[in-house]
Amino acid sequence: MSFVKLTASTLAIAAVSATAAAARDQVQVAGSSTVLPYASIVAEAFGENFDFPTPVVESGGSSAGLKRFCEGVGENTIDIANASRAIKDKEIKACADAGVTDIMEVRIGYDGIVFASDINGNHFEFTPSDWFLALSDEVLVDGKMVANPNKNWHEVNANFPEQPIQAFIPGTKHGTREVFEEKVILAGCEATGAFDVLLEAAEGDSDKAKKKAAEKACIGLRTDGVSVDIDGDYTETLARIESNKDGLGVFGLAFYENNTDKLQVATMSGVVPSTESIATGEYPVSRPLFFYVKKAHIGVIPGLKEYAEFFVSDEVAGPDGPLAAYGLVSDPELAKTQEAVAAETTMGGNS
Amino acid sequence: MPKKHGNSLLELTDRTKRRNAAETRFKAYGIAAIAIGLLMLVILITTIVGKGVGAFQQTFVTLNVELLENKLDKNGNRNLDDIKKVTTFGYAPIIRGAIEAKVKELGIETPLKSKDMAQLLSKDAAAQLREYVLAHPDEIGKTVEFRFLAQSRVDGYLKGRVSRDSIGNDKNISAAQLDLVDALVKVGVIKKTFNSAFIFGSDASDARPEAAGMGVSMVGSLFMMLVVLALALPIGVAASIYLEEFAPQNWLTDIIEVNIANLAAVPSIVFGILGLAVFINYMHLPTSAPLVGGLVLTLMTLPTIIISTRASLKAVPPSIRDAALGVGASKMQAVFHHVLPLAAPGILTGTIIGLAQALGETAPLLLIGMVGFIASNAPDSVASGLLDPNSAMPAQIYEWAKRADPAFYERAWGGIIILLVFLITMNTLAVILRRRFERRW
Repeated sequence: MSFVKLTASTLAIAAVSATAAAARDQVQVAGSSTVLPYASIVAEAFGENFDFPTPVVESGGSSAGLKRFCEGVGENTIDIANASRAIKDKEIKACADAGVTDIMEVRIGYDGIVFASDINGNHFEFTPSDWFLALSDEVLVDGKMVANPNKNWHEVNANFPEQPIQAFIPGTKHGTREVFEEKVILAGCEATGAFDVLLEAAEGDSDKAKKKAAEKACIGLRTDGVSVDIDGDYTETLARIESNKDGLGVFGLAFYENNTDKLQVATMSGVVPSTESIATGEYPVSRPLFFYVKKAHIGVIPGLKEYAEFFVSDEVAGPDGPLAAYGLVSDPELAKTQEAVAAETTMGGNS
Repeated sequence: MPKKHGNSLLELTDRTKRRNAAETRFKAYGIAAIAIGLLMLVILITTIVGKGVGAFQQTFVTLNVELLENKLDKNGNRNLDDIKKVTTFGYAPIIRGAIEAKVKELGIETPLKSKDMAQLLSKDAAAQLREYVLAHPDEIGKTVEFRFLAQSRVDGYLKGRVSRDSIGNDKNISAAQLDLVDALVKVGVIKKTFNSAFIFGSDASDARPEAAGMGVSMVGSLFMMLVVLALALPIGVAASIYLEEFAPQNWLTDIIEVNIANLAAVPSIVFGILGLAVFINYMHLPTSAPLVGGLVLTLMTLPTIIISTRASLKAVPPSIRDAALGVGASKMQAVFHHVLPLAAPGILTGTIIGLAQALGETAPLLLIGMVGFIASNAPDSVASGLLDPNSAMPAQIYEWAKRADPAFYERAWGGIIILLVFLITMNTLAVILRRRFERRW
């Protein structure tokens, strides 16, 4: 008899939970782990200053966040996806297929990507070409593409000290990887002349297809253990550098600024990365950060629009706000973003 | 003919010597193995305690704050709605004024501006102040003493994590600020004391590691364990009693038995994916909810409970069942009146160990959205405790270990200490129950 009772109570719990699941009163956010610190700072301040509960911010990566964002409309889906890259057409289509049509794109600012090594190690002054020559699977030697023979930074650039090449770069699931490929490896590929050679050899029906093929060939990285993909967070990259003093890692600016006692930062094209040099555009390796809001949820989930407006307000995302203090490079066009959020401007619509 | 020898009991033959030597060697191996195990345990515990104990202490700054009426309540009518309009950003100048006044009052010479002085305080200070003012609007216009958290670098300086050599490129703290800290420590304005907020508080954002605490995720873990207990214990015990006492021995029950044993060996991440697919995507239960976490962990714990329950039912001698049946009890009466009470200590022990295992489980929680900046709202009722997004202790530790500020790393180790205290308590309880109530025949 007790078994019957137990089964009944189990079912009752399930039933209660199913009905209660229909009422959600806090904003739910998921996505990029780069945006997570900023989103959590805003969520915390939002909870303190408004009568709404503190929004919940999950991490998991830009792609995973956008995938969940595009699952559909309803209280069981997230309201906001954080992304360290712009949403792709493919993802917009997936969203539309699931009924998520009105998406507001909000750019919150810029994030710098820095190259850092152990504090007691050698100092480096890089150019994109150095990184291309160090990490590409094939480099240009005497007009021909050959497998990358470089094993030591000294071979890459005679000005560099003798130090074996060992790089820890973000894995392919990170939005940071794309920026690294595009702004560093591809730039280096073009600067060393490898791009032109690849373009000539590229197969394709049109110039555009050829260019695409050449670009793809450019960003191919060596797989002989010199370049290590880090799928975890920057803390993992830091741990790798601490155990291998020759290692060079790719970090977000905010992470570096919190760990200046362990890391020294390398310059890129002669510029030291800082929020100032990134804001002026002098430091080349940076990318915009976004979050995407489901317009259909505004008015349904309490506090959603207020959160979005609070996020981009001057006192939060402005140059003197807490986000800039943490390492975000504030957007010079913040006022435009504020207007767009206030007007609930959606992508592709009347923006 | 080989020479015959060694027939004497008093003389050891070569072979016996070799056997004895082998035994001595084996004993030495055993002792070495135990020694290595103990050494690892000592290393583990000293590392955890050494790195984590700092999280239980925190640096505080005591200041007298004048709650200026012209800043906090411009209309002067103490209307709560008006006071609420002043955000935490509006409280920053008041804090700047308070620390500047304190430094001036103490006569400390410093080249710092009030903004740099206020940087010594946690960003949590404004929130603390605002919360106090909203709770006590009558105090506006008066001067009140507050104990604010110091920012993580100042805290690290007092704990020895941050040194003057290590702050060269740090934009969060400067040597002049550390001079001021030294001066304020000397007069007792800055003090390092026990921090109960680490045990009872909620998670904090990346900008203020000094304010982060385990409390809310502990509540999350508690609710998950309640769900596990409420579901896994009755289901597990019912299943085992049926299989052990009532079920016929045939190929079907054999298959079930084998599969339960297999299920116990399934990696926990599999249950996480299952939970995501079934509970969240199909049944539409809320993500990040302790209810879902509890359901997933129930699946994981069930086999453990079933196996240990069956073992303790098997350990009850058949003569007890026979005696009960012999005096006319029905089979159910025999089981529930005689066998089950005798097996109860074993069942309880198995359950507690299963719960302890579930308490420390992280992998399935990653998939159902319990990692991130989640544990920020303390639940206000049982329903919200079960359904509102929350984290769990191991997930919170994982999250802290990922964050950029090294102060979170210390808190991750501190969290491990709290988690271990829970696990050791539960395991001790299991041992005590077994010792007190177990019967052997």
